[in-house]
Amino acid sequence: MAMGRLKTFPGGLHPADNKQWTAAKPIEDCPLPEALVIPLSQHIGAPAELCVAVGDLVKKGQMLGQAKGFVSVPVHASTSGEIVAIEPRLHPSGRLLPSVVIKPDGDDVWLENLPAADPHALSAEQIKDRLRDAGIVGLGGATFPAHVKLSPPEEKPIDCLIINGVECEPYLTADHRLMLEDPEKVLQGVDILRQVLHVNHVYIGIEANKPDAIQLMTEKCAGTDVQVVPLEVKYPQGAEKQLILAITGREVPSGCLPMEVGVVVQNVGTAAAVADAIVNGYPLIERICTVTGSGVSEPKNLRIRIGTPLQHLVDYCGGLSGDPAKLIMGGPMMGMTQLSLEVPATRGTSGLLIFRDGDIDLHEEGPCIRCARCVRACPANLLPTTIAAYSRLDMFEEAEQHHAMDCIECGCCSYSCPSLIPLVQTLRHAKGAILEKRRKM
Amino acid sequence: MLAAILSLGAIGLLAALALGVAAKKFAVEVDPRELAILELLPGANCGACGYPGCAGYAKMVANGDKIAATCRPGGAAVMTKIANIMGFAPISVDPKVAVVMCQGDNSKASDKYKYLGLADCQAAQKIADGPKQCPGGCMGLGPCERTCPFGAIEMTADNLAVISRKKCTGCGKCVAACPRDVIKMTPLDATVHVLCNSHDKGALVRKYCEIGCIACQICKKQAPDAYEIENFLATVVYEHYDQAAAAVEKCPTKCIRDFMISYPEGSSFAEVTVPLRRKDEAA
Repeated sequence: MAMGRLKTFPGGLHPADNKQWTAAKPIEDCPLPEALVIPLSQHIGAPAELCVAVGDLVKKGQMLGQAKGFVSVPVHASTSGEIVAIEPRLHPSGRLLPSVVIKPDGDDVWLENLPAADPHALSAEQIKDRLRDAGIVGLGGATFPAHVKLSPPEEKPIDCLIINGVECEPYLTADHRLMLEDPEKVLQGVDILRQVLHVNHVYIGIEANKPDAIQLMTEKCAGTDVQVVPLEVKYPQGAEKQLILAITGREVPSGCLPMEVGVVVQNVGTAAAVADAIVNGYPLIERICTVTGSGVSEPKNLRIRIGTPLQHLVDYCGGLSGDPAKLIMGGPMMGMTQLSLEVPATRGTSGLLIFRDGDIDLHEEGPCIRCARCVRACPANLLPTTIAAYSRLDMFEEAEQHHAMDCIECGCCSYSCPSLIPLVQTLRHAKGAILEKRRKM
Repeated sequence: MLAAILSLGAIGLLAALALGVAAKKFAVEVDPRELAILELLPGANCGACGYPGCAGYAKMVANGDKIAATCRPGGAAVMTKIANIMGFAPISVDPKVAVVMCQGDNSKASDKYKYLGLADCQAAQKIADGPKQCPGGCMGLGPCERTCPFGAIEMTADNLAVISRKKCTGCGKCVAACPRDVIKMTPLDATVHVLCNSHDKGALVRKYCEIGCIACQICKKQAPDAYEIENFLATVVYEHYDQAAAAVEKCPTKCIRDFMISYPEGSSFAEVTVPLRRKDEAA
């Protein structure tokens, strides 16, 4: 493959990617657990509104909670069985949130009359409605409802669709495996997405550390105008704004969304889910998840049902190896640390990382030595150390003037800090305070 | 040489004249009573009165507006003097003091995770509702200590906020700084408090804290008027604070404390035991 200088964005850094443990392992179907715990809040926006009761028998794909408002999606039963409890359970956010507990009946039968259709026979509005009803959200980890992203206001014309196959988070290989094992489904989803958006330019961005995926996707796209763009290996290449800059050269202005520059970005996993939802009528009840890290006996890529407790995933991967010291849902840079393996996998669970005691660093922070490594690493061109200093002094107005709200929380600043200052948390704290102030005004 | 002296002298003279004229022409009329009141105020600019700083409060009072709020840090002494200046009837002030309703420091209450982030309770609270297993306990990361204008709050070695009853003026700034509402304003004369802020059931409290309220009702049996138990947490009924001391010794988890006798464990305020009351000032 002849490649010139690869496209990328300024800033960023190169954490060890540690994808070798699972990159070559085919996706396996994780068997059903004894009980599925399905939280009603699994997406950005209003939680779904419960529409079943304890004792109900549900089919696979049946709605458990309906969307409440525009920025919301329903949640569905991941298998057929009986609802044994509806109660607050430990959620990936660390809080107790309302969840539906299903005891699978083992038959795993789909709901009848799923809304399968030929996408070309549907209008853009019909497709968006079906995506919302199927609960399709961004599967890269942010879980933003897909139908909202596909509904830009009229004054913001979209001319470009970018499919995100970058997977720049270390350790994770779920999107990589999906592109290798089911490229047709991804491209089917891409076709549906472009049909909704009426765009001429379609790109699939893939980091150059996945040459097999780049080659396969390029072959599959031959003869179409979908362009596969190999990208430099650098974190956070898969961040929305950084990906747009690398591929199109357009910079999303401060405080704006990608639609400002006429671009919509969707993850490869989302594209595959879109294809399933429209062509087969399947709601989003499963996803691909990488279970890896030094604390897992046998790291694997798994196709998991939403609501599977993390403990069950670990058991299927040969159990724990050694004493776990840290559990992370998602990637190591932006993922969320978990309190327990009781927590269920949700739509945003792109990975489960388990680290042993000796593998994590738990040092107290030191003083800032003004080395500016965070400044160099920041992909959003911010001054993390300055904003953090203001944030510590509760000077949130000054933090806002230094564009704290443009922070994408990628964690490059914290990662690069030799004094182990929790910069990204401090910036997030400032963002929270600024938003609160705006709400009051 | 002479030219230099003359020219500099002339500039000086001109500037002095200009300043003199400006001082007369642009003089701002200030009510002398406002200045006198400002002199009396503690000058902490704590904002407890609801006005922007002590100057804002002095201006409001001097304008003759109906006094909506008293100066808590100044207390009865200052309010009496202000009343004298303005010719009001003396204004009564109930002296208040802030109390941290928790004794579950790191040695007594367990954590659900190890927190190494930003040393600020507001930031920690956003991560899975804080590292403490107790949903209401003091996290001890010190925003109240930093916000107190009077230096009345200390953090113990085991990360528990303790408020000095002597230094606290009752301004209430710490109450707003705490994300868990652990700090409550209480009458100064009431020295007995149930130092717990968890509404969890007793069995659960026992699991994560050795000094939390388990709502066993023993205090209420000892002093029925002085205690009420709501939502698995006992609190002192401050109208009957004088009867509350009877239950201190009987509390099985020792979460009721009489500040007349001692401060929570680890506090350097512990030796301050006798002159807690400020009755003399209130009189």
